[in-house]
Amino acid sequence: MEGLISLAVKAVFVENLALSFFLGMCTFIAVSKKISTAIGLGVSVMVVQAITVPANNLILSYLLAPGALAWAGFPDIDLTFLGLISYIGVIAALVQILEMVLDKYFPPLYNALGVYLPLITVNCAILGGSLFMVERNYDFAESLTYGVSSGFGWALAITAMAGVREKLKYSDIPDGLQGLGITFITAGLMAMAFMSFSGVKL
Amino acid sequence: MAQTRKSQLVDPLIDNNPITLQVLGICSALAVTSSLKVALVMAIAVTLVTAFSSMFISMLRNQIPSSIRIIVQMVIIASLVIVVDQLLKAYAYEISKTLSVFVGLIITNCIVMGRAEAFAMSNPPVASFVDGIGNGAGYGLILMVVGVIRELFGSGSLFGITILPTVNNGGWYVPNGLLLLPPSAFFVIGLLIWAIRTWKPGQVEEREYKIQSVEAH
Repeated sequence: MEGLISLAVKAVFVENLALSFFLGMCTFIAVSKKISTAIGLGVSVMVVQAITVPANNLILSYLLAPGALAWAGFPDIDLTFLGLISYIGVIAALVQILEMVLDKYFPPLYNALGVYLPLITVNCAILGGSLFMVERNYDFAESLTYGVSSGFGWALAITAMAGVREKLKYSDIPDGLQGLGITFITAGLMAMAFMSFSGVKL
Repeated sequence: MAQTRKSQLVDPLIDNNPITLQVLGICSALAVTSSLKVALVMAIAVTLVTAFSSMFISMLRNQIPSSIRIIVQMVIIASLVIVVDQLLKAYAYEISKTLSVFVGLIITNCIVMGRAEAFAMSNPPVASFVDGIGNGAGYGLILMVVGVIRELFGSGSLFGITILPTVNNGGWYVPNGLLLLPPSAFFVIGLLIWAIRTWKPGQVEEREYKIQSVEAH
């Protein structure tokens, strides 16, 4: 249990997906102009991340890993090279299903998130989360924790970024830095601030 | 046609650069640039994947139903990335270890998807291939520039060959450790955007709020 809590804290602060691995940067930069949309996108990333990381963990341990097909009578088969295509398939399918479920049962939430849901398929943070899960050999409980907390960390980062940018638009920025340039530099400063967590040992 | 082919190749380098203007494919641009060798491998991989995925998607563009096009594009891109991944593991194992998850993340690199959506779905295969090479090269260019700055000033070397002998090894150059850390990539790209936009003022974004000068009484 203690291990899981420290994993969660580490995934939110120390190894924040957006600010220390730069995952999901495209959406991070493009959709952080307003706090409300940033929160909407952050929450949907968190939900998708919390479902896909454990789901991909099950696929890895029961279908793809070397010897994983022993239950079906093929103990010698190693399908790990199919990993990438299976994970992205799971992600695309889950996002599609989530979209349909939300549309049917939670129309207000669907309308709020509508535009951003399809974008999540191509958000590197989601695929990145699954790939980190594979690389670090998480078991099921760990991957569930990692999915929820890394999604939360991403949501936190994009909300903070949107907060800064809402204030930033009133400031007098040199012409060439206007827009994209200053956003990058702001993100750099935020990443430096988050680096101060890296000394935290749990 | 020759002229348009050439402009397709050259435009994405500076005038319509995928990273500094279209805001595509930033994730990997930031993460893999701390050493030049890795950045070069990444740039080549992305260029090839973009070019070939654009070509294949463009060949199939009249057969793909628009409702499931994203998934079809994903499958094509993912297959190409698996090929690249396996090749790297076979011939450049060390580099593939350093790149770790970022090879897999080429799948969700917005440049590949973005060009597939924006260009390949409505243009013939050869043009899409050239467009893919051009955009890959534009991405690679920024990657190389950032890589040179970070490796030269961060550890005093280029491609692992010492250029500026560092103090630790008995030289005179005190390396700037910040440049090896992740946040520096943001600053370098931010400043690079500033430089490009000063050179090409047409790319400057409109201000949302104008600052008015108030006359003193």
